[in-house]
Amino acid sequence: MTLAPVDWVAALGRAALDLCRTIGAVALFALEGLSHVLRPPFQPRLFLRAFLEVAYFSLPVVGLTAVFTGMVLALQSYSGFSRFGAEGAVANVVVLSITRELGPVLAGLMVSGRIGAAFAAEIGTMRVTDQIDALTTLSTDPMKYLVAPRLLAATLAMPLLVIVADVLGVMGGYLIGTFKLGFSGPGYLKATFDFLQVMDVVSGLAKAAVFGFVVALMGTWCGYTSRGGAQGVGAATTTAVVASSILILALDYVLTEAFFAR
Amino acid sequence: MTPRIRLRELRKSFGPKTVLDGVDLDVMPGRSMVILGGSGSGKSVTIKCILGLIEADSGLIEINGRDVLAMSAREREEVLDHTGMLFQNGALFDSLPVWENVCFKLLAQKRITRAQARDKAAEALAGVGLDASVGALSPAELSGGMQKRVALARAIASEPRIIFFDEPTTGLDPIMGAVIDGLIVDCVRRLGATAVTITHDMASARRIGDDAAMIHKGRIIWTGAAATLGETGNAMVDQFARGEREGPITMELRK
Repeated sequence: MTLAPVDWVAALGRAALDLCRTIGAVALFALEGLSHVLRPPFQPRLFLRAFLEVAYFSLPVVGLTAVFTGMVLALQSYSGFSRFGAEGAVANVVVLSITRELGPVLAGLMVSGRIGAAFAAEIGTMRVTDQIDALTTLSTDPMKYLVAPRLLAATLAMPLLVIVADVLGVMGGYLIGTFKLGFSGPGYLKATFDFLQVMDVVSGLAKAAVFGFVVALMGTWCGYTSRGGAQGVGAATTTAVVASSILILALDYVLTEAFFAR
Repeated sequence: MTPRIRLRELRKSFGPKTVLDGVDLDVMPGRSMVILGGSGSGKSVTIKCILGLIEADSGLIEINGRDVLAMSAREREEVLDHTGMLFQNGALFDSLPVWENVCFKLLAQKRITRAQARDKAAEALAGVGLDASVGALSPAELSGGMQKRVALARAIASEPRIIFFDEPTTGLDPIMGAVIDGLIVDCVRRLGATAVTITHDMASARRIGDDAAMIHKGRIIWTGAAATLGETGNAMVDQFARGEREGPITMELRK
């Protein structure tokens, strides 16, 4: 069966309207979640549990990612720069790439896979097993109980994770630079810190906070709106990871423009 | 006497599908009302509308003579604060031990400390025939019957004035079903509460209910004494109560 041009236009229009509706729903959800972050009563126990989950239990995966990224970056930049005699810039490239971009982006993607999926699966399961309705009947606002602590925890935990990722990423570059590429240890570190500016680190941490918020927002929203049993929860989990990963990459560009565009 | 719950012309649709098509129902104080009806007849949606879990499209919902739909969110919260609900599958919180589940509302409202909550939970668990040691377990470690009992303990721990039971015996063997029914009757009497139960289980309906109502295609088609179920003179209700294949209610195949 072939579709007439008008059907294509109608389908496109429906898709555009659906997209607008979804963006509006997520925005309202985010605003409501934020309003609960700011309004008492607060949920310190739930916040601490979520903070521990995001910050502490994500450390191994974020740390390993950062170390190997720093190592690969040192190797690649050395082999590239050696073509025009600029091997000395390896330390500078590694530290700038890690602090400005790769630290926050890769940590964000790793946390998206770990935490975004976990939030969506947990809240989605609660949705399809009536636990969210049960919260309401027990005089507890699900947004305050489930969403607000996770939004706050991920937003605060991500910059801490990225500080660790920055340190480990630079360390990975240092290891390759000194043990494999023949740089002196003090010389590599001097080149690293001489070139680094406060804004490089701060911009990375600001990105991390935004990415943490996005991961928690998409995880909680997809879980909260999931329907239809195990299949619905699975779909919500996949959507949370895919959407937050794409948003991280898109927002990375927007934030880079905001921080560094001249 | 003012009904504890009064519904008039309650309507709710999901897209093109009309689920509630003008429900009228009175539940008197201290009475136990059982709402019967087939799958998809609108039983669960009715109580979810009363509890504010689903927004009704139109109609009147009064609790203690006050129009719930016309209230502010805060006023509605205050009214609904005096209600309890036992969900069909228990809906216990997996991440919390049983004692925290039981005292969840009291802890959330800071009416008791965590230390007091353990004692209160033990007391509530004893009320539903469970040992205090169950309090330390996680919901996943409990059998279906025990989960139902814990959910019942949670529903009544805050001593609500109105309690809703959503298919309390579904998934239980007949003996455990009778045990749960007995506990529900005892708890409701002890609290002097008003109860609304939705069920397909006729034995359970007769055990729990003082009054009964039948909902069919989104409308209440009969109300009367629960004891008369099966001999009401209403062909639809009697067919349903006796579980007969032949009669005015026919199975509709969805296209």
